[in-house]
Amino acid sequence: MAYVNAPVRKKDAMSLVTGKPVYVEDQIPKNALVVKLLRSPHANAFITSIDKTAAMKVPGVVCILTHEDAPKSRFTTAGQTYPEPSPYDRLILDRHLRCAGDPVAIVAAETAQAAERAVRMIKVKYDVREPLLDFRKAKDNPILVHPEDDFKALCPVGADNKRNLCSTDVFEIGDVEKELAACDVVCTRTYHTKANNQAMMETFRTFTYLDEYGRLTVVSSTQVPFHVRRILSNALEIKKSQIRVIKPRIGGGFGAKQSVVSELFPALVTMKTGRPASIIYTREESMTNGSPRHEMQMTVRVGADQSGVIRVIDLYALSNAGAYGDHGPTTIGLVSHKSLSLYGGLSAARFACDVVYTNTMGGGAYRGYGATQGIFAVEAAVSEIAAKLSMDPCEIREKNMVAEGQIMHTYYGEPCNSCALDRCMQKAKEMMQWNEKYPRKVLENGHIRSVGVAMAMQGSGISGVDIGSVEIRLNDDGFYTLLVGCTDMGTGCDTILSQMAADCLECDIDNIAVRGVDTDQSPYDTGSYASSTTYVTGMAVVKTCESLRKKIIEMGASMLGVSVDEVSFDGKRVYVIADENRSVTISEIGYASYEGHNHCLSASESHSSPVSPPPFMVGMAEIDLDPLTGEVNVIDYVGVVDCGTVINKNLARVQTEGGIVQGIGMALYEDIRYSERGTMQNNSFMQYKIPSRLDLNTIRVAFESSYEPTGPFGAKSIGELVINTPSPAIVDAIYNATGLWFDTLPVRAEDIALGLLKK
Amino acid sequence: MVVTITVNGTKYTDDISPDLPLLDYVRSKGCLSVKRGCETSNCGLCTVHLDGKPVLSCSVLAVRANGRQVTTLEGLEEEARAFGAFLADEGGEQCGFCSPGFIMNVLAMAHELDDPTDEEIREYLAGNLCRCTGYQSQLRAIRKYLTSKKEG
Ligand code: FES
Ligand code: FES
Repeated sequence: MAYVNAPVRKKDAMSLVTGKPVYVEDQIPKNALVVKLLRSPHANAFITSIDKTAAMKVPGVVCILTHEDAPKSRFTTAGQTYPEPSPYDRLILDRHLRCAGDPVAIVAAETAQAAERAVRMIKVKYDVREPLLDFRKAKDNPILVHPEDDFKALCPVGADNKRNLCSTDVFEIGDVEKELAACDVVCTRTYHTKANNQAMMETFRTFTYLDEYGRLTVVSSTQVPFHVRRILSNALEIKKSQIRVIKPRIGGGFGAKQSVVSELFPALVTMKTGRPASIIYTREESMTNGSPRHEMQMTVRVGADQSGVIRVIDLYALSNAGAYGDHGPTTIGLVSHKSLSLYGGLSAARFACDVVYTNTMGGGAYRGYGATQGIFAVEAAVSEIAAKLSMDPCEIREKNMVAEGQIMHTYYGEPCNSCALDRCMQKAKEMMQWNEKYPRKVLENGHIRSVGVAMAMQGSGISGVDIGSVEIRLNDDGFYTLLVGCTDMGTGCDTILSQMAADCLECDIDNIAVRGVDTDQSPYDTGSYASSTTYVTGMAVVKTCESLRKKIIEMGASMLGVSVDEVSFDGKRVYVIADENRSVTISEIGYASYEGHNHCLSASESHSSPVSPPPFMVGMAEIDLDPLTGEVNVIDYVGVVDCGTVINKNLARVQTEGGIVQGIGMALYEDIRYSERGTMQNNSFMQYKIPSRLDLNTIRVAFESSYEPTGPFGAKSIGELVINTPSPAIVDAIYNATGLWFDTLPVRAEDIALGLLKK
Repeated sequence: MVVTITVNGTKYTDDISPDLPLLDYVRSKGCLSVKRGCETSNCGLCTVHLDGKPVLSCSVLAVRANGRQVTTLEGLEEEARAFGAFLADEGGEQCGFCSPGFIMNVLAMAHELDDPTDEEIREYLAGNLCRCTGYQSQLRAIRKYLTSKKEG
């Protein structure tokens, strides 16, 4: 293995660092119309009339579209495999506006200035209704977010629009109440996590045009090109065969771009006018009408016996879908599957949930996808029960953590085939010098230094659903083309999959030309989400290479005039085993396959996994807390990860560092807030603070690898896992500093200072 | 308003609107490395050099560059490659969208500060946000780049 497990530089790195024009905005055709949206100032309103006469007179305006011009079939913008669990609850333009910023009209003009002017000149009359903003009051509230009769759910997720329910579910293993009654200690607490914006640096953006065949071509910053094709077909009521989606380089996604956000508007303009059209979301639009993490309220009851054996966990979660149900019914499942399953010996567990509609921005997919919220609640509760038992929070975890060989009853009954959580804990303790630092030290300046811990897991793809397909072709001169349908969003999957292919084909990585994604040309892939790419598409690469090797050997043997059993292939040549001087090079085979044969050498395989093996992690935070102001500084963070075999050391490390920092943002700063009227209060980077360089000190990452038998080269996923530990670890550290438990994120300095005053 | 602006060594004379941001002006000249990430001067993605000093091109009007020299990453290809190689070897360009603005500021810092401490580096680059990397790999790349420059 030359490339797998090495710190290989990304194939596109040098074009990125020299600023080459590789992103959507850099490639917009010169004659494209500029699309801008008139957005609703109200969180709940019906449009009674729209007058666009004056706006149409603005020089340069080409078209203005309103709900009267838009198709009337409801659809979901969630990028999921059909039939989508997310209800069909949207129109491109609707008369009913369900959250502030919902689109009222689409304006297309020759210049941005003209489009903006026209937006301001459209006259709209609204029938303004009282908005439903508190998700705790949403279920069975007389204000209905989706009163429409054509609301429909394709899957049995428990949706009921007449009760504001997007989905509901419950499962129980064992007898929870009986177990709780038998426990020596029970800890009950309700946690509240907020909506967070992915805040990828490149906002949502798309351009569209009709190609030489008259088909709609959509170039978009998306994680899910094949889903975009289907969603556009649903929404625009045109045939899928008439749509082509291309993904260039994209400036970050983190799940945000697992929904269709900006694609529909220029697409509708191009369909109506026949002209190329483009839309670039402002940061403000990305903040107010994106696809953020679902706000949740979770009540946890954990029961343990005196010796610290955790016997039972009961979890109820209420999730705020916001105005639209994108990813609502699916994120909620991860709240329990990926938190309860950290504990291997539970005698009983229960999970119940409701996902409700309100008049706030619709939620979406954000790295961690519900697991982040669930793990915060369960891990914080486990630390609290450890404190009640006067136990070190590491020790209670060491006693109860899931182990290799166990059946994970709360994780679809899957066996735990690879797990180095115990080694991760050991290593993290050493790196953090936990035993010396736990629980706290008071410094001379009065500040408190303390440490906190949490564990985390995620999945690797969606079992039985996600598909990765790959095609590899041998070209003349013996180089390969690797075609993939998964979407590199900076995560480096084009490189990672090339590393795997180079090792399987025993060639130089520069001999692999990689290309993705164009739905007309790439093999089908569900897309890059649910931590699926390395694990699912990676396995498709391994399978494809095996098939291609067979064909290369067959062709080489026939060129040598011997049978396939008599030859071997070493990546450079096919040779006769008994007489190594008789050989043909891969270049000769490549050339020969291009001449007078019936078989150009190419192979294509798909892969889907019946299981979703979890990667695991232990995170430890060391904080400096000023008891006078309550200010918390994370001065050191240690993350030890078991993602199976590490395919690319650099990229895995940077993923981990980046995920930890996003997690710190969630724990301490990030919080989408609304006014009483339902408009977002912090809709810019001025007010919605994401961590900057000044907010961080050292972050140290190490890997403790297990070997996952179902993964390519023993690999599991890493992308989402790494965001999950900071919130519970920091809350644990704050308790160890102050003796106070905080259950609402973000934990603000003023809350800590106030809490200490009241103590 | 008629202005004469030198962009990466080429002199342009244009009649431009007085409210045109420098960012849009340089992009219209084909300098597509320059990105916009916000409307509130908070992200640093749009950093260019004006007479050799880093500025946020979203917040400087193009008319202010009249008679002056503007440099974007396209004009510093060689230096960008030299530092970029260190960044690439750390994986510190994840999506790469923040890289041009960040690199422009790193190059300015390398000219301005002698032997900066980690703290000084953080301070200097505080205005360059990155959502992907968590900043650690970027700091490692800067350290290695500065060392290599020193060792010549
Ligand atoms: S675009 Fe964000 S600071 Fe200039
Ligand atoms: S690398 Fe993506 S924002 Fe910095």
